[in-house]
Amino acid sequence: MQFLALIYAGEDQDDVDIETLMAQYQVFDEELEVACILLGGNALEAISTATSVRVRNGQPELTDGPFAETKEQLGGYYLWECKDLDEALEWAAKIPSARYGTIEVRPVMVFDQ
Amino acid sequence: MDKLARIFRAESGQVLASLVYYSRDLQLAEDALQDACEQANNKWPVQGVPTNTGAWLHLVAKRKLIDKLRQQQSQQNLQKLQLIEESLYMQNDTVAETDYEVPDERLRLIFTCCHPALNEAAQVALTLRTLCGLEVREIARAYLTSEAAIGQRITRAKKKIRDAGIRYEIPSAEQLHIRLPSVLKVIYFIYNESYSAYEGQSLTRHDLASEAIRLSLLMVKLIPNPEVFGLAALMLFHDARRPARSSAIEPYIPLEQQNRMLWDQAQIERANFFMQQALQFRQRGPYQIQAAISALHSIAKSWDATDWPQIQLLYMTLLRLHASPVVALNLAIAKANGGQLTQAYKDVLALSDELHKYQPYHAACGELESRLDLPEQAFCSITKAISLSKNSIERDFLIKKRGLLVK
Repeated sequence: MQFLALIYAGEDQDDVDIETLMAQYQVFDEELEVACILLGGNALEAISTATSVRVRNGQPELTDGPFAETKEQLGGYYLWECKDLDEALEWAAKIPSARYGTIEVRPVMVFDQ
Repeated sequence: MDKLARIFRAESGQVLASLVYYSRDLQLAEDALQDACEQANNKWPVQGVPTNTGAWLHLVAKRKLIDKLRQQQSQQNLQKLQLIEESLYMQNDTVAETDYEVPDERLRLIFTCCHPALNEAAQVALTLRTLCGLEVREIARAYLTSEAAIGQRITRAKKKIRDAGIRYEIPSAEQLHIRLPSVLKVIYFIYNESYSAYEGQSLTRHDLASEAIRLSLLMVKLIPNPEVFGLAALMLFHDARRPARSSAIEPYIPLEQQNRMLWDQAQIERANFFMQQALQFRQRGPYQIQAAISALHSIAKSWDATDWPQIQLLYMTLLRLHASPVVALNLAIAKANGGQLTQAYKDVLALSDELHKYQPYHAACGELESRLDLPEQAFCSITKAISLSKNSIERDFLIKKRGLLVK
């Protein structure tokens, strides 16, 4: 099964040293490679770069900012192949940002042929 | 409940768990079991009840499951079909068709039903439905909600299990310490709820309590762990006092006034046995500590002879392990019973912000105030407790207590 791990965290974490965090992510990514579960994943630019698009009455409406203003923002994601939810949750708990942010784990929907 | 319904309830958990093992689909397994029960309902009154009812239901339900899997026609089902047909083939080699032990897969199922990815209300409903074989109607009555609400809760939970990729597996040894607490919590919740309800319901408090004990004994059998033993001991100590907890005239008798001769000594011994098993692991945990407190009550010859200092120490340990205002309240009550009345009252009042909506908080305040000879405050506190109480037995008990205060 494929699972998407959405990484939510506050962008200005005073107590998080960005270099340490990057180093931790590097170690974590290597672990994922070894486990052969990584299908994809990226970090996203800051929430200030977000633009939201809605099409109403056939007209695209563009607004500056994210879909929803929240304290913790979507900062990145992973796409994994795991045998079940428990395996995905185990990996999610190891994501460095999980220690101060929140990881939302969602199975990827499979459409019947 | 008629005889057949009772048999179905007793056997359903184990049979269903095995069907889930083969089908990996709770709904399909339930449907197959339902069909088998219907067939039993038609056949047994005519042909007589088989000696091994569980094996009979298991065998028939497995055949029904095969039919259902065939109807669905998918690649995955072919593997499942092969597995289940092999198991049937193995059974036919035995002497009699129903002369076998139904494999016990309930542990898998309970870990699935109590998966932390499900909310607690869903965990409870699903556990009672699948492992205890309770009807949706009965669960709804026990929790004072509508059948529709419980039905929906169960349907949603099953959907989440299927779509979110929750497996029917026993967690690995490393995962066990994360997953076990939610299972124990659900069992203890079912047990505790059995004491906090209900008027005029077919599902009595005792039924829920014995379902919880049944699940707990199953856990003890399948997964020896100190907290599992601790929870079993805790519930059995408590359950041993049931005969003394009410009488023909008194629907509720508090521990202080119970006739200790009525306590079920055999049940206390069973509880003690599990307590000893738990202690051998030398890993303390909240259920073991609560069981130890209950054990101290059980060995006390009278209320006054209770080892309150030891109980206080245990509550303090519990508080360090798991800070909670309810535990702090119990610690204060133990202090009061041990003679430190003034200090205890101060401690209790300090909890007012956190517990002002908790009925036992006001009842405890009232009790301490009456002992401290503050009848007016006691009257107010007990009145507050009455307004917060959720069932008539509790309410009547408090009203009577308030009445004694006036005199």
